[in-house]
Amino acid sequence: MRRITLWLLSTVAVLVLLFSYRTSTMGAGTTATTGGEADDTTADVSPAADGTKVYKGSTADTRWGPVRVSITVANGKITKVEVPTYPNGNRRDQEINAYALPILTQETVDAQSARIDTVSGATVTSDGYIESLQAALDAAGL
Amino acid sequence: MSGVPQRAWVEQIMGLPVSVHMRGVDLQGYAVESAVAALYDSLRDADKVFSTYRDDSDLNRWYRGEIGLDAADPAIPEVIALCEDAVGRTRGFFDATVSGRWDPTGLVKGWAVRRAARHLTALTGHGWCVNAGGDVLVYTPDGEPGWRIGIEDPRDPSRILRVIERRDGAVATSGLAHRGAHILNPFSGKPATSVPAVTVTGPDLMWADVYATAAVAQGVAALDWLDEADGYEALMVAPSGLLRVTPGWNSSNSQPESSALRAVADVSPSPDPHG
Repeated sequence: MRRITLWLLSTVAVLVLLFSYRTSTMGAGTTATTGGEADDTTADVSPAADGTKVYKGSTADTRWGPVRVSITVANGKITKVEVPTYPNGNRRDQEINAYALPILTQETVDAQSARIDTVSGATVTSDGYIESLQAALDAAGL
Repeated sequence: MSGVPQRAWVEQIMGLPVSVHMRGVDLQGYAVESAVAALYDSLRDADKVFSTYRDDSDLNRWYRGEIGLDAADPAIPEVIALCEDAVGRTRGFFDATVSGRWDPTGLVKGWAVRRAARHLTALTGHGWCVNAGGDVLVYTPDGEPGWRIGIEDPRDPSRILRVIERRDGAVATSGLAHRGAHILNPFSGKPATSVPAVTVTGPDLMWADVYATAAVAQGVAALDWLDEADGYEALMVAPSGLLRVTPGWNSSNSQPESSALRAVADVSPSPDPHG
């Protein structure tokens, strides 16, 4: 598990460096400085009282400021990915918004408790419909 | 659920379950009944014209050279033009010619539902939600609560990844669930398998559906052009299982249970455009 955790941290660190790479291809002339810390996988580990552990990656310097990633692991599963330190607050962040945000799902929601009206999913055909969640929702309104 | 009276209809058309949920008064009255009937009639008509399973569909008769385009249903040249438009909008990742024979099915579904739903717009004061095999189009009059749309977990269709609440517009999802890797990457000719699901929201159901399909065909790099598509936002289940969204997703889509999920760092997708 630790190996997977460190892999994830270094993957996220690589992604953060890609962020830096992309910024330098936007041609403003400033070299993206990185801490070269992708190799530094001996991240901070802080155990919390409930047994979850928070792993903080090293800080990467990007052209808009430092970025640091942390992940929370509970029972061998990653439950949270956070960026406690990230650039914000100036106009260039509009350029940052051109990139997509990775979001970690926590528990997916059981449909019963989600109180939804309808489901959007990849095409369920008539064959599969009878057993589908949508069928239950439609029946409730029929 | 809303306290407003609600009624639902379901019919199986074009091989898909098509449900209509309506909210408001007089749900058994003539105006509502005839509007819903007109919606289903419109879909049956689209099926007659475009079904690749019916020997006598105009599409098949045109394929076989029995009729020319001028004699075929005018919907066919309309859809041909839309498919060409779709190629440009999706950077080539939606292409009706990908499987050898021209097959507009991926666009026709959204086009047909969009067209059919126009019969509901005459109903003033009624909110409605149309769901055609997972493609959703909703409308809510002022003062009524919106519609809560669950986005299916592609790994387990009985579970929901996220709930979004919308008052109007479309939610379309494409991916590997239910039918497996049936979407071809037009550049490689091979089934796309890396992205389990993409959900696109926006004003028009046909384009939301086309964009979602193209994004599955392309992979995570599609987030680049999805981000640029005016009025459209996307949520993608990446190959790793992480969710990625376009920057406007959170502000465009009200998410009542947003405490469960948090956005993190901006990172760029892979620089490989065919990734």
